[in-house]
Amino acid sequence: MANSQMTRGIVSGRLPAETIARNFSDLHAPLDAHEAAVASDRCYFCHDAPCMTACPTSIDIPLFIRQIQTGTPEAAARTIFEQNILGGMCARVCPTETLCEEVCVREVAEGKPVEIGRLQRFATDTLMAQGAHPFARGASTGKRVAVVGGGPAGLSCAHRLAMKGHDVVVYDAGPKAGGLNEFGIASYKSVGGFAQAEVEWLLQIGGIDVRLGEALGSGLTLEALRKDFDAVFLGIGLAGVNALRAEGEDRGGVRDAVDFIAELRQSKDLTTLPIGRNVVVIGGGMTAVDAAVQSKLLGAENVTIVYRRGRERMGASEFEQDLAASKGVRILYNAMPVAVHDGEIELEYTVETAGSLKGTGERFRLAADQVFKAIGQVLAGAPSGVRIEGGKISVSGDGRTSVDGVWAGGDCASGGDDLTVTAVAEGRDAAEDIHRALIG
Amino acid sequence: MADLSSNFVGIKSPNPFWLASAPPTDKEYNVRRAFEAGWGGVVWKTLGEEGPPIVNVNGPRYGAIWGADRRLLGLNNIELITDRPLEVNLREIKAVKRDYPDRAVVVSIMVPCEEAAWKAILPRVEETGADGIELNFGCPHGMSERGMGAAVGQVPEYIEMVARWCKANTRMPVIVKLTPNITDIRKPARAAKAGGADAVSLINTISSITGVDLDSFSPLPSIDGKGSHGGYCGPAVKPIALNMVAEIARDSETAGLPISGIGGVTTWRDAAEFLALGAGNVQVCTAAMTYGFKIVQEMISGLSQWMDERGHDSVAGIVGRAVPNVTDWQYLNLNYVTKARIDQEACIKCGRCFAACEDTSHQAITMSPDRVFEVQDDECVACNLCVDVCPVEGCITMEQLEPGVVDPRTGRTVSADYANWTTHPNNPMARAAE
Ligand SMILES: Cc1cc2nc3c(=O)[nH]c(=O)nc-3n(C[C@H](O)[C@H](O)[C@H](O)COP(=O)(O)OP(=O)(O)OC[C@H]3O[C@@H](n4cnc5c(N)ncnc54)[C@H](O)[C@@H]3O)c2cc1C
Ligand SMILES: Cc1cc2nc3c(=O)[nH]c(=O)nc-3n(C[C@H](O)[C@H](O)[C@H](O)COP(=O)(O)O)c2cc1C
Ligand code: SF4
Repeated sequence: MANSQMTRGIVSGRLPAETIARNFSDLHAPLDAHEAAVASDRCYFCHDAPCMTACPTSIDIPLFIRQIQTGTPEAAARTIFEQNILGGMCARVCPTETLCEEVCVREVAEGKPVEIGRLQRFATDTLMAQGAHPFARGASTGKRVAVVGGGPAGLSCAHRLAMKGHDVVVYDAGPKAGGLNEFGIASYKSVGGFAQAEVEWLLQIGGIDVRLGEALGSGLTLEALRKDFDAVFLGIGLAGVNALRAEGEDRGGVRDAVDFIAELRQSKDLTTLPIGRNVVVIGGGMTAVDAAVQSKLLGAENVTIVYRRGRERMGASEFEQDLAASKGVRILYNAMPVAVHDGEIELEYTVETAGSLKGTGERFRLAADQVFKAIGQVLAGAPSGVRIEGGKISVSGDGRTSVDGVWAGGDCASGGDDLTVTAVAEGRDAAEDIHRALIG
Repeated sequence: MADLSSNFVGIKSPNPFWLASAPPTDKEYNVRRAFEAGWGGVVWKTLGEEGPPIVNVNGPRYGAIWGADRRLLGLNNIELITDRPLEVNLREIKAVKRDYPDRAVVVSIMVPCEEAAWKAILPRVEETGADGIELNFGCPHGMSERGMGAAVGQVPEYIEMVARWCKANTRMPVIVKLTPNITDIRKPARAAKAGGADAVSLINTISSITGVDLDSFSPLPSIDGKGSHGGYCGPAVKPIALNMVAEIARDSETAGLPISGIGGVTTWRDAAEFLALGAGNVQVCTAAMTYGFKIVQEMISGLSQWMDERGHDSVAGIVGRAVPNVTDWQYLNLNYVTKARIDQEACIKCGRCFAACEDTSHQAITMSPDRVFEVQDDECVACNLCVDVCPVEGCITMEQLEPGVVDPRTGRTVSADYANWTTHPNNPMARAAE
């Protein structure tokens, strides 16, 4: 008999293929032309617009929306890509409710912001569907730059350097470029193989050589890169994960949420992906929500997020918490894991006093045949010699590390939120700084 | 990318977007910021003659008309020409032109209708290095009571006379700015040409009252309980301006006279329409006053995208492209038959087309109990009203009946031949077909 949501253990095929397909379709469907016309009409073309300030890549939002309004979404896309070459992905994954849309004057006045993210997608999709790349490479400078890591930070840096006429080699440890765009972002935010399509589109600029399966630390060394190249950019993200420090953590059924999501993102047929009947996700950020929601969409009967602090401290935005709730995920606040048992997890309630967190001593158990750890990623594989500060590569200004000729940006570097758009901004700004340093 | 550079009566600018003579161009601070934002040129706020500065009202100068969501559609003003001293303006014009040699700086002038007054000011303007002058014969309020502005612009003989004085007393190109507050716009344009003007620009503002305060019964804007007619501009006046530009462009007496198009230009598309109807460039006031100098960026990107897509490689190549298609009603093809078509997929079932056609037109749209709206070809006269009231762009369109098809309304077979009113059997004046 086929499996159902009630089947015990960790099994695949809990839901019929059609249901799975529906569950994993676009979270926010693209706007059609009429919807885009109505949505763009709402923008006031604010002066020194708050949305633009809130965007880490400072996209000229009023201008691109006006360009949509006046029937030139291609020009709108150009406005976006000039600031953010991954504007297509950002339109899908940015938590706009805590960025541009949060400060939209319409949000303040009416509680309903201009739909900036969806309009951005309308514009970028229009231009990308035409297959053309909007920028041309500058005249060759003869300078060579190594970019380590092909995630948003690395790709953005490489593209800007290529635009300036430098020759770029991108080294990535993984089997595909894109970083977490390819392996991390929730499936329903980036459907239809968009991440790889975007990488290919971005590389049309030319002058970027991508070498996959080459890792700094195994084979590549910073010393060698510094010798062979005029500059080095590190965009290696956060490849390690924190430990749970709970008894039984090494049991079967306990897994990193990021690994689970990567497997899910790479799965060709989601009906073959096993998932528990009772899933518990430990953590409070975007990764926790994504793991929980996608578990539910795969057909888990009960999914609970366990977060050790209160609701207001949760990293996931209110929108994401609501999304989880609407998919049937339960969020348990002020509880931490103590031990993992067979088919159960033991938890303890917590209180936070003056910033420090303590168990109350009251313990309880939840059914759990699968436990996902989403308690934060950590820097791994940073080359020795670069100064580390607060667990990240210490950078100043536009991404300069403590080592001469070496820049860093994105999740691996200090400062800024761990968001796709922040990584893009940091990669771009580092490229500008590298260019200034190389060309003077 | 398309070449947007513009050469208007020998005045060069990197794009055809100039700021019209008005508050945006009233001082150096503004004009510098406008040039930094990308404007191709400016017509400096109108200068008057030497003497005690002009006095403006100290209450509200503007009234407005809004569309849905408070979008500003029409602006009305009772402002006069510059109220800053002549020598300050001249000094600033000189400084700006020195620092922005690639931008157009044209100076608008309005002095009394005496040759001496023009002779006195022209050399001083010339000395600033400005690229040209624009004669403000258009202001409909305040100045016209003093025998200037529209008071001159409404008398073609005066236009010709002043234009001639200016041509005789300066080497700078002379642009005559026309008032729309006149019955036939071709008359002042012909006069400007006869006086030797290099170009005309139009329109200045239209006499208007934007509203009445129903508590105090004061016209708006209200100055201590009283109001005065002002000059109307902004998106609402564009259709009037387009027609006037086209009238001059297709008048055989003024054919070839360069035109600077003004009135409601808000987007790249508005600008392209003015160019197509014969304007060599455009001037903008209200759009900048509503949204700030930055809107020029959309005008530039939009115009160049459209030119690239359509293969137009220069601005000059677009100018006047629609002029041959502007004709008189009597020459329109009466054998061109269309019917409204409703795209049922796109229809949101609001029923506005039905109300419009049923109540006020030809009862050619039916409504089913489940709100399906359909056009009855045997009643549809193709008036286009349903298209115009439909909130969804592209949902209702007009489809041409192919020649050979029978028009169910008239029962006649559509002819492939062109036939207009001048030869129509119902026309008592019709000339014999043979
Ligand atoms: C599950 C999950 C969901 C997320 N959802 C969102 C979201 O919805 N919206 C949002 O804005 N952000 C989201 N984020 C955060 C966002 O994905 C990251 O902030 C962003 O990807 C950081 O970009 P990056 O280029 O710095 O690093 P990464 O995307 O991590 O890319 C780093 C790249 O470096 C490579 N690499 C690592 N080590 C080495 C080495 N030693 N040698 C060579 N290559 C190496 C990796 O293979 C990888 O390709 C999410 C993160 C996770 C984990
Ligand atoms: C407040 C205001 C002041 C104006 N002052 C002048 C002026 O001094 N001289 C002039 O030639 N036109 C003046 N105009 C008219 C404009 O230059 C322009 O012709 C008119 O506003 C139409 O263009 P628009 O629809 O883009 O605003 C003024 C317009 C406004 C709104
Ligand atoms: S804040 Fe909102 S209304 Fe203002 S420009 Fe941005 S999107 Fe438009």
